[in-house]
Amino acid sequence: MKIAVFCKSVPDTETKVRLKGDRLDTSGIKYILNPYDEFAVEEAVRMKEAKKAEEIVAISMGPARAQEALRNALAIGADRAVLVTDDALDGSDTLATAKVLVKVLEKEGGDFDLLLFGQRAIDGDTWQVPSQVAALLDLPQATCTVALEVEPGSKAVATRLVEGGEEIHELTLPAVITCSKGLNEPRYPSLPNIMKAKKKPLTTYSLGDLGIDASEVGKNGSRTEVLSYELPPARGGGKKVEGEPEEVVAELVKFLKEEIKVI
Amino acid sequence: MANVSDYSGFWVFAEQINGKIADVGRELLGKARELADSKGVEAAAVVVGDLTEDEVKELISYGADKVYLLSHPNLKLYSSLTYTRLLEDLVNKEKPEAFLFGAGPLGADLAPRVAARLNTGLSAHCVDLKLNEEGGLDQVVPGFGGSLMATIVCPNHRPQMATVMPGAMKMPEPKEREGEVVRVDVGEVPSPSPEIVEFKPKERSAVALDGADVVIAGGWGIGSEENWKLLEELAEVLGGAVGATRPAIDEGWAPEDVMIGQSGKTVHPKLYIGAGISGVMHHVVGIQDSEVIVAINKDPKAQIFEVCDFGIVGDATKVLPVLISKLKEKLGE
Repeated sequence: MKIAVFCKSVPDTETKVRLKGDRLDTSGIKYILNPYDEFAVEEAVRMKEAKKAEEIVAISMGPARAQEALRNALAIGADRAVLVTDDALDGSDTLATAKVLVKVLEKEGGDFDLLLFGQRAIDGDTWQVPSQVAALLDLPQATCTVALEVEPGSKAVATRLVEGGEEIHELTLPAVITCSKGLNEPRYPSLPNIMKAKKKPLTTYSLGDLGIDASEVGKNGSRTEVLSYELPPARGGGKKVEGEPEEVVAELVKFLKEEIKVI
Repeated sequence: MANVSDYSGFWVFAEQINGKIADVGRELLGKARELADSKGVEAAAVVVGDLTEDEVKELISYGADKVYLLSHPNLKLYSSLTYTRLLEDLVNKEKPEAFLFGAGPLGADLAPRVAARLNTGLSAHCVDLKLNEEGGLDQVVPGFGGSLMATIVCPNHRPQMATVMPGAMKMPEPKEREGEVVRVDVGEVPSPSPEIVEFKPKERSAVALDGADVVIAGGWGIGSEENWKLLEELAEVLGGAVGATRPAIDEGWAPEDVMIGQSGKTVHPKLYIGAGISGVMHHVVGIQDSEVIVAINKDPKAQIFEVCDFGIVGDATKVLPVLISKLKEKLGE
């Protein structure tokens, strides 16, 4: 099988987000490979180790710094990486992004058996791009997958967590799968593998290389538009007490009883 | 580009799982009704499944003028391919100006697919929807772990699509209303459904988080599975439900479906008690509409103290047993 794994470079969750006017202040942010994409890379690498896959291509769309996230995917075990980077891409919404990723797949031969994504990206957190890629290619999909069995050349059986239970999906390949926490435990790349990853091929494409017009991406090519960012409304802190458990509980019970009458 | 003025009405996808219509559909109908009334247009619900007209007509009382029913035995289980095709066709025929989905595992799977097929915009995990001066929909979404709220619009394409957090819209009171169930011809539906082969229901916790009057939530500071039982005990005493933060779920103390926060549930109980929770925005966006927020945390600088009405600086695992016995005493009076 040939597997595509999609990798996003995201701000580390430890980073404190700030605003400059009503736009994001991106200075001082540390970027990492989206943790959910690590599940996807790990899953692909395990399939290769089990001799079910021959080639794993890590694909990213983003600024030049996304190379680092791709190198991480290569260190985990992807064979090669592709980065689409172009200033015009800035501000693309999920559908515009999905259209670009579809072009990358075409450029890379279009003969992928499995498209693996992280269930969500921890920054935008839309969960949308994988389903939109699947829709544009008219491929079956299983999102929020916590268990996966693939029979190369035939099908994938995915278990997805849903409200009130689990669904077992059987998908004819090629198919789109999004990987959840619980699917696997991604490995920490060893130092030799990190060194090897630096020598693995990383191809960079511009929009022109993919035959995409700048008007189809970025803000112009997006259906949605972010009007503004705001800090969430502050609620304001209330009363705060400190002391022995008996004392503070007595105060809390009094508060619940007298001031808000919940008990 | 679609001609925006050809599109009218606010639609809700009322998802069913295992033959039961999920609450998020009723919640969204309340909002769709409100938006439709302010523009003088229709609100409608769309149900796909294996259901009778009688089983879906209750949606009229929650605000639907029309309930589009797409029913077939092979539609009982969710299939992204089949459901997408049916919704794409229906939208192209009826042309609603907005189409809202619950942001749960089904809606979040289906809505992006439908939006891509319709070549229109979709915002994710909305917590609020408002009409703007142009009559378009301002969609408020939390971003960056909830540290920021973004307002998103879809100015030139229709329908305007959004997934909305379960619990973010208040459940409307059902009322006697006029409305009709419109049965939609679904044509040939592949049998068996091409993808899903099985649904395995799981036991649910005693009191569901959605709609609970009291929510007891725990975080990483609870420390162990053993201590987690304190939360369940407190919830039992107060007749509430237990929720959790992402770190507590990662530790395996609570199941994924009780996560409160940006990518989990939004709750608005009368009383919320957060124990051992630091209060990062990811969680706070899911609790900020609670009437009263009580927080217990060892760290006096924990962010949750900035949003709570009553804060206890102390070890939750020491405070909770005392609180439980005191409340048992009081409530026993």
